Amino acid sequence: MSDTEGTGRMIGTGPTIGRRRFLQGTAGALVAPAIAGLPAAARAQDKVELLFWAWTPDTQTQVDLFQKKYPGISVKLENVGQGPPHYVKLRNAIKAGSGLPDVAQMEFNSIASFKQLGVLADLAPYGVGDVGPKFIDWTWKSVTDGGKIYAVPWDSGPMGLLYRADVFDKNGLSVPETWDDYAEQAIKLKEKAPGTFMCDFGASDAGWVCAVLWQAGWRPFHLDGTSIRIAINDDIAKKWAAYWQKLIDAKAVDVKPMWTTEWFAGFDAGTYASWVTAAWAPVLMQQSMKKSFGQWRAAPMPQWQKGGKVTSNWGGSTFSTFTTSKHPNEAALFCRFMGSDPEAARLWNTKQFLFPVLKDLIDDKELMGHPYDFYGGQKVNEIFVVSENQVDPSFEFAPFQDYVNQQLQDEMAAAIAGNGTLAQAFDRVQDTVVGYANDQGFTVL
Amino acid sequence: MPTIRASPSSELGAGGGAATAATARLAVRPHRRIVVGRRLAPYVFLAPFLLLFAGFLVAPLLYAFQMSLFRETLVGGARFVGIDNYVRAIHDRNFWDGIGRLFQFGFMQIPVMLGLALVFALILDSGMALARGFFRVAFFIPYAVPGVIAALLWGYLYGPAFGPFSQLSVAMGLGQIDFLAGGGLLPSLANIAVWEYTGYNMIIYYAALQSIPRDLEEASAIDGATALQHAIRIKLPLILPTITVTIIFSIIGTLQLFTEPYLMRNLAPSQINSHYTPNYYAYTEAFTSQQYNYSAAISFALGAVVAVASYGFMLLANRRGRR
Repeated sequence: MSDTEGTGRMIGTGPTIGRRRFLQGTAGALVAPAIAGLPAAARAQDKVELLFWAWTPDTQTQVDLFQKKYPGISVKLENVGQGPPHYVKLRNAIKAGSGLPDVAQMEFNSIASFKQLGVLADLAPYGVGDVGPKFIDWTWKSVTDGGKIYAVPWDSGPMGLLYRADVFDKNGLSVPETWDDYAEQAIKLKEKAPGTFMCDFGASDAGWVCAVLWQAGWRPFHLDGTSIRIAINDDIAKKWAAYWQKLIDAKAVDVKPMWTTEWFAGFDAGTYASWVTAAWAPVLMQQSMKKSFGQWRAAPMPQWQKGGKVTSNWGGSTFSTFTTSKHPNEAALFCRFMGSDPEAARLWNTKQFLFPVLKDLIDDKELMGHPYDFYGGQKVNEIFVVSENQVDPSFEFAPFQDYVNQQLQDEMAAAIAGNGTLAQAFDRVQDTVVGYANDQGFTVL
Repeated sequence: MPTIRASPSSELGAGGGAATAATARLAVRPHRRIVVGRRLAPYVFLAPFLLLFAGFLVAPLLYAFQMSLFRETLVGGARFVGIDNYVRAIHDRNFWDGIGRLFQFGFMQIPVMLGLALVFALILDSGMALARGFFRVAFFIPYAVPGVIAALLWGYLYGPAFGPFSQLSVAMGLGQIDFLAGGGLLPSLANIAVWEYTGYNMIIYYAALQSIPRDLEEASAIDGATALQHAIRIKLPLILPTITVTIIFSIIGTLQLFTEPYLMRNLAPSQINSHYTPNYYAYTEAFTSQQYNYSAAISFALGAVVAVASYGFMLLANRRGRR
């Protein structure tokens, strides 16, 4: 048993090679090239295991696709909360110094915040840059900074207008193309049918507020290293605030909180005639509304300039990996696959009804031309496809966007409750955010 | 090959010495064990609780206190600032507004809740009600309902368009009721708290009443007192210490109000802001504004207010008692 131990040559056999040794040698020679051909992960003795935190339903489908294609990498998917609780857990893990997953769902508006904490890994060294051209330009710009890539886009929410055709017809309204038109129709609706509103003013959701202000040209933040320019209460914000203040005062729009059962019921019942919203909304409405089936339609987002072609984005997520990951190569590979693999990406749209970010899918007329019965047979996605290509790419979120959102919500709520005007609310938010930024060590320009 | 370890009996000699060894053990060991056991036993029994207490209460408190003495910023990291955070908390309008709001809330909610609990307990104890077991459980169930379920329930009940009370009022021609708007918000939240905790306090009072000897009841019946007089003049004074305790618990609980505003925020975001109660303010400071250090300072400041309030009430109660 231990005849060859130490020397590698059978004792007593001299210079001839023993039969076992010969077989060992040739077998090794045959296997070596095969092993060299497999990816580094499969070559290792242990399977690489990645931890992935995401809340989008049925993500396991795409995870399974990945695991089938890369059998040396196994991915454990965990849903640690939808939206805010997910970020709380990430922050807790960062503060604790351990417990961060390898890959996590990261909405577009949170990238700047986690980049500030210094935990987002740069994906450029892992060759993710070559899928860049496949993504819609504004989405790729949102995840990159100079030569660094901080995330891979997943889905988006370009803005448009959903409206009740029956309510419009009954009250003689026309589909507004500009915001001035929208305001006119709102007042007209209020006079003809008190109790029916053109829309519900979404001050309770800072995401909506940022999206509609984005379209108007609001660029509140610009970060340069540790210097930050903060312009929350600029002229654009004031103009926007005055516009909505007029409608609120005239009671042409409602001011109820969004995302409640009552609010959904309001859409279904025809209390709200329209909703300026994102591309993920059509399917959401279809799932929660039964009475108004077939009455809804989609139209382009109202413009501030007549004939304008500017829209914005609300929501949308990306795949990010962290600097603490023990398998950065595999994590980068996973992000790249989940965002850009043609089969996986197509499934995101057809199975989870996420609005795509890949040029191939956006340009796919058959995929985007699906008629929806809920919308009277209209090919709703076509409207949002046009919008996706019109999203202005120059908007920047704050490196403390959660705090900004909270302040916006608090102050606009106070304004709606009667404590001053919306314009004054913006002034207060500007003051508190500048104070916060100074407190946190930024140089406020 | 494993070695055979020396057993105690082998020290006294193997084989024939085993019997003497056994009796020697019986003679020597138990005597020693009892002496040691008497001194150590209390600590042994307390140890599990003390470990959990130290690990889950004392350690986090010390950690939070240490955090409250530092400041960590997004740019620049952490540095020691001493009592700066506490000075800031004392001058923070959001904090004191929250405390003031809770005093209002307390004045509304505590008398109603404890009053109802007392009435229910007295009725159940007097033996006049049928199906006592059922009522005891029924009154206690709201306390057992998880806060999230309670929030969903009351969110529906308070709904201005689809809630049953509002619908009833519309049917009667009085228009919609928006419970959560304006001045109605605090009473509405107080109502939820009353619904949740009346049963809990009732159980406490009932237990105290049950411990009152029955012969007092017979004695007062012989003296000609009605059941009502017996309840007010005899039973109440006897359970006064229990009532005092529940009032202190209620004060402490009210000043730490968190669950109801947190769960109701989505339904009334224009009313319930991020600093509605001090505890909620501490939460949003930590998890939204990422100001963990300031959040810790607010928590301790709140703790100080709670201590002052409950101690103040105890002094008041004792002074009354001595007079």
